[in-house]
Formats: sequence, structure tokens, C-alpha cells
Amino acid sequence: MATQTLTRPAFRGTSATQLRQPRKKMTAGRAAVLAVAAILAVLWLIPFAWATVTAFKSETDATAPKVSWIPPSGFTADAFVKVFQDGNIPLWTWNSLYTSAAITVITLAISALVAYALSRIDFRGKKVLMTVIIASIIIPPPVLIIPLFYQMVALHMIDTSWAIILPQVIHPAMVFVLKKFFDQIPRELEEAAVMDGASRMRIFTQIILPLSRPILAAVAIFVFISAWNNFLWPFISTNDGSILTLPVGLQTIKSAYGIQYAQNMASALLAALPLILVFLFFQRQIIKGVATTGLAGT
Amino acid sequence: MSSLATSESAEQAPSLPGQFRSNPSRKRPSGPGRSNASQSSPRRTRDNLNGWGFAAPFLAFFLVFLVWPLLYGLYMSLTGKSLTGANDSLIGLANYAEALADADMWHSLGNTLYFTVISTVPLVLVALVMAALVNVGLPAQWLWRLSYFAPYLLASTVVSLFFSWMYNPQLGLINDSLAKIGLPKVAWLNDPNVAMWAIVIATLWWTVGFNFLLYLAAMQNIPAQHYEAASLDGAGAWRQFFSITLPQLTPTTVMIVLLQILASLKIFDQVYQMTAGGPAGSTRPVVQYIFETGFTGYRLGYSAAISYIFFGLIVTVSVMQFFITRRRSA
Repeated sequence: MATQTLTRPAFRGTSATQLRQPRKKMTAGRAAVLAVAAILAVLWLIPFAWATVTAFKSETDATAPKVSWIPPSGFTADAFVKVFQDGNIPLWTWNSLYTSAAITVITLAISALVAYALSRIDFRGKKVLMTVIIASIIIPPPVLIIPLFYQMVALHMIDTSWAIILPQVIHPAMVFVLKKFFDQIPRELEEAAVMDGASRMRIFTQIILPLSRPILAAVAIFVFISAWNNFLWPFISTNDGSILTLPVGLQTIKSAYGIQYAQNMASALLAALPLILVFLFFQRQIIKGVATTGLAGT
Repeated sequence: MSSLATSESAEQAPSLPGQFRSNPSRKRPSGPGRSNASQSSPRRTRDNLNGWGFAAPFLAFFLVFLVWPLLYGLYMSLTGKSLTGANDSLIGLANYAEALADADMWHSLGNTLYFTVISTVPLVLVALVMAALVNVGLPAQWLWRLSYFAPYLLASTVVSLFFSWMYNPQLGLINDSLAKIGLPKVAWLNDPNVAMWAIVIATLWWTVGFNFLLYLAAMQNIPAQHYEAASLDGAGAWRQFFSITLPQLTPTTVMIVLLQILASLKIFDQVYQMTAGGPAGSTRPVVQYIFETGFTGYRLGYSAAISYIFFGLIVTVSVMQFFITRRRSA
């Protein structure tokens, strides 16, 4: 991205016109590209469309032997009304929201602090600490579920939100994403503050953090999405219906409703809605966030 | 390691003038009246305190919720511990011996590897195709990005509900569409030969958007001059893709493949929710077997042992990844 914007002005006179020429020539090719892209997009949108249509059907129409995009007895919002009357989806959405927010805030705070130390402070044992954190990236979370469960039982945290939140705040890869970014901030910017005798914490909060907003947002988005969608750990650590997160709660609905397909699809859509809305509002940041943290995550 | 050596010696032996002269802007030799020797020792102490202080919160979580469970799990795997708290005594490697002779364990491990192999190829190729299409400069970029990426934002449960409904043998959209073009109906989630492929299709739909974004970001970083030069030489779109785009993407491709392998090895959610491991255990992955032996079989020690066998597999793959990427960059 940076290289493109940097080089563009220099080339403006010549290359802009040259670039446009082959574009005009390839109209057939571009039409083919557009067609393939459109077919893929339709395939990728069909599950959403089909779930939406089903959710707006009556249960009779949904389970009619003949598959229909337009239900014989018309569209109805009955399924949504029933799901709302149950009251579980709003509760679980709230649970997902605050546990994911808590995980994101804690992850960001502790990761940024340690990343700053690894990037800027020369302390004894730094290399060892860095190696240990790097090595821990390969630990797959499923390996820890058995001992973690046992630990949560011992700490009396099973069936509390703490059990969901606390083990999810360690993201060693994100520590390195942040460290890499901090490494690029010129040291000259802090030198004046150091001369004035500012403390490390002051430099961190008043110089480094404000300059790191893009990467902090990227990490926050990445952590939030993974926390929002995590299933295995919340599933194991919680049984109490009042603290279930959305993914785990939905799993219980599936078996409770049995063959109530319209209600199943209505709940699934309501569960999908918050993140899709968030995506529509913060598209750029989310794409950047996933791309930078995903690329730098290795 | 070499960088450690130089920085250490610079700190400890500030009398080495060469070190400073080589990089005068970084550390200016201290002004008059301030000797480095007297300054360095309290500064080191302060740095040590600050460094560990800043690391402390992360370290606390890291030790309690990662290192401790990792070590405790290893210990559990050497005991006969059960969820009911019965036998806590050490039984050595008996769990491991039992696991290695456990046909179900091998079957679930085989399922995991099978899924990893058959899912990685489409998850990388389709992502590449999507990114290449969008990168050509299609109008309404947001529309393509939204369509391809949106499923990644869904929880596994939502994806499983969507696909269980579409895979429904009698009422499902997919079989209905197959029937319309004259193809036979398929028992998507009930046929042991098909179920894993049904899971792969759902997984492809769900997660390919992530790889797509990584590819798209990498493609947009390829300098435009490369393409300008190539089109001046008369290279067409296909030629440009194979001679410029693909080679420039090699590091990204290696990374995506390896990330994908590691992600696929951890498969659990969508299988558990769509088939519960069935039919006849044909889709049960090793993570589900760990979960089942621990929480429905109550055998925590045995379950922990299988966890560590699985961990061994992941470490092996990661080490291979390390050496492959090493060789490429060297």
C-alpha cells in the first residue's frame, strides 16, 4: 500500500494513461472475471439468503416437502417473535458482548505492556522471556481444556463469567504483532521525554500508545472476533443458562427446538446480526485488522 | 544472539568507543561531568525493574492460565485421575501405552489428518482465486469483500445451523437443487463416505474469507511498476498472474498453507455441532475424542495423555514449518 501511494505521483504523467489502455482492450476478460466473481459471491450469499427466507416462513411451510423460495402461505415473522419471547437470544448476546469486551480490554492492556518492555527496555532475562512467549504460540488451546477445567473447579470459577474470560486473554502472537509495531516507532520521539526524566509508564501512555492506535485497533478487532466466536472453552466451562455465550446458547436451542427449522434459522440470524452490523460499520478497520494481525501473526 | 552480545557489551563496557561511533545518533557519548560507569548501574537496575514490571501482568496470566495447565496436564496424563476424583496416583506411562493401542484414538487422529489434507487445498486455492478476481480491480470492492468475508464473522454454531438445514436429506436446499438438475440425492451428514466432505464444504464457506483477505492484502502490496513493465513487454493478464503475482506471493502462500494446516488440525466445533462425530465415528476428530474421554468418559488422566499425543503432532508440524520457512528465506 505504502509503495503504491509513494510511487504514484512520480508516474502520474505517463503510467496512468498506459494503464488505462490494456484495461479497455480486455473488456471480454474483465467480463469473465466479473462473472466468476459474481457466481462465487452468489454461492457465498446463498446460505444467508436461504436462512433468511426460512426464518420468515411458517413452520408448516418450512417443513413442506416442496422446497420453495417464496412460501405458499406468505412470509411471517412468527419465528422471530417466538425466539424473542423466549428471551434467551438477547441475554446470550449480552453475555457474549461483555465477555468478549472484557477479554479484548484485558488482552490489549497486558499485551501492550509486555510488548513495550520487549521492544524498548533492556532488562535481564528479556531474551528468555521472548523465547518462552514465542514458543508458546504453538500450544493449541484444545490441549489445555482438561487441566484448565480442573483448575477452574479448584478456583470455584466454573459457571461464572470469569471462567470464560480469564483463560482467553493470553494471545502470545498478538504480543509480537504489537512489539513489531512498537519497534518501528522512532526512538527520537521519546528522547526528549527521557531527558526530562519522564517515567517509562508516562512514555508508554503518552507517546507510544497514541502513536499505536491503528495496531491497537487491529489487535482489538482480531481478539474480539475470536472471543465472540469461541465455542469449545465456554461450552466446557459453563452450564448455567444465564451466563451462556451466544454460540453455546445456540447449541442448546438446536436440540430444544428439534425440528422447528424456522425458529432455528431465526435464532441463527439474530445471533449473526451483531457482528455483521459491526462489520458494515467498521469494514475498513476490520479488514485491515485481520490482514495485519493475520499476516504478522507468524 | 549476536545482537544480544553487542548490546550487552555496549552496556557493560561503555569504554568501547567503536560501538558508539558506529551509531552516533543512537547513543551519544555522555556529556561532560557524567561518566558512563557511574550511570550504568542504577540505570540497569531501573531497567530491570521496569522491564519485569511491564511484563508482570501478562506474565501472571501466562503462568496461571497457560504454563500451569500445560504442566499440570502433563502430570495428569501420568495419573489415573478421573472426574469423580478417584484414582489420583501416578501410574507412569500407562495412559500413553493404552492410547497408542486405542483404535478409537487412532481413528480420530486419522479423521483429523484426513480433514486437514482435504480441507487445506480448497481453502488455499479458492482464497487465491477470490483474491485474484477482486484484485483485478472490479467495481464495488466492498460488495465482494463483504460476500466472501462475512461468513468468517459467524459463530460456528450459526454456520452449523445454516448447513445442517441446507444438508437436510428431504427438505434441504442442496438436495432439492441436485434433484432439479437430475442428480441423485445425497445423505450429506448421514453417509460415512460423504460426511467429512460435507464438513469441508461448510468449513470452506465459513473460513475461506480469512485466507482471502491475507492474499488480497499481499497482492495489493505488489508494486504496480512490475505490472507496468510487464504490460509494456506485451504480457497478458494470465502471463502477468503466473509470472509476477504468483511468484511474489510465495511467502504469503507458504504462510497461509501452514497457518491453515495448524488451524485444520484443531477442528472440533463444526463437526461436533453438525454430526457429533458420526456417522459411526467417521468424522470424529481427535479434539472431540479428548473432550469425550475427559467429560463423558470421566477419564481426565487418559484424556490428558491423548491431549499430549495431539500436542506432539502439532509440535512436529510446527517444527517442520519452521525449517521449511527457514530454508525458503535463507
